[in-house]
Amino acid sequence: MTTEKLELFEVFVRPKRGLDHKHVGSLHAEDKEQALEYARDVYTRRTEGISIWVVKSGDICASQEDDRESFFDPSDDKPYRHATYYPLPKEISNM
Amino acid sequence: MSDHTKLEVEHELEIAFQAKIDDEQKVEPKDWMPEGYRKNLIRQMSQHAHSEVIGMQPEGNWITRAPSLRRKAVLLAKVQDEAGHGLYLYSATETLGISRSQMIEALQTGTAKYASIFNYPTQTWGDMGAIGWLVDGAAICNQVSLQRTSYGPYARGMIRICKEESFHQRQGYQIMIELAHGTPAQKKMAQDSLNRFYWPSLMMFGPHDSDSAHSAKSMKWKIKRETNDDLRQKFIDQTVSQIEYLGLEHPDKALVWNEERNHYDSSDLDWDEFYSVINGNGHCNRQRIQHHIKAHEEGAWVREAMAAYKQKKQLKNATNAA
Repeated sequence: MTTEKLELFEVFVRPKRGLDHKHVGSLHAEDKEQALEYARDVYTRRTEGISIWVVKSGDICASQEDDRESFFDPSDDKPYRHATYYPLPKEISNM
Repeated sequence: MSDHTKLEVEHELEIAFQAKIDDEQKVEPKDWMPEGYRKNLIRQMSQHAHSEVIGMQPEGNWITRAPSLRRKAVLLAKVQDEAGHGLYLYSATETLGISRSQMIEALQTGTAKYASIFNYPTQTWGDMGAIGWLVDGAAICNQVSLQRTSYGPYARGMIRICKEESFHQRQGYQIMIELAHGTPAQKKMAQDSLNRFYWPSLMMFGPHDSDSAHSAKSMKWKIKRETNDDLRQKFIDQTVSQIEYLGLEHPDKALVWNEERNHYDSSDLDWDEFYSVINGNGHCNRQRIQHHIKAHEEGAWVREAMAAYKQKKQLKNATNAA
């Protein structure tokens, strides 16, 4: 049995009903149940939330920030995706 | 537990649930909820998702025929957004315990509906203007209200969708401005599109509250935040000055300002047409579903290829590990 190499979990807290769970940090735990209890103990001591998600860090698939130019590039040169690209006549105030 | 106590427990849960709703708290996927609430939401959200997806067809019809490269790029971006919105909504609906394939099947077999407006054909470029301006305008009216719906994933999806959709209505109105202020032939095209799309846009808000099968329950559960008729009135009122600016004739000859109500009075809609289109007899109902089935079937090889690739990768990983 190893006690040194516990699994790393990422912790997400929903601050309030209706809001998304937000990443708050990570912790080590033996399994997901324990991770949930630890997360409660270390990340919500001041009623920071009403619901917690824990996810094994290894299960998160992340894009690399270094690749962001090629990864996100195709969408930044399309100003017509924004409403401000279409000036409204001043007579129209309710669109 | 006896059936009797089970019913009692259920009743208590329902009271607590309604208290939560009355207190403006959101319902989240893992919360207890009445079966009726779940069913009602699945119906409304999946119809909403189907509408986004089927809604790509009438506009997709004009991508290759857009009058300029810029127009084509704008229309492509808009149709792409609709696909994305369909995905957000399908995913949010799946949190209620129904699968994507069940929803697609319900659409393709006709047990689930989508907005009847998409069963009208898009005959001219002017229709791209009228759809963006009126159809997306009506949808936005409804969606702004739904940002406050009681189901958390739906509300959050609506907030994202409204943000992205802000350009849809404006690009449509811009097309209308250019046509309406263009040559006499262009102006005529704009008027014709307005005349054809005005009434079906008003029907998008659904039947009168008094005839709406799900309205009362939906309002009580705060799935809907404003009634069909209230939202329709809002849209009628805001559209008047927009039609005036274009210098086009208002399609509703009975439209008149009512000082007392502080709203416009307007003609009643052709509800026979509404029910006829909803029940499958619009111009394009069969075509829309056939196209959806065809696209789904033609995409089968992509799904198969992905599954085969996954299997191959797993096999390789297993061999490497051994």
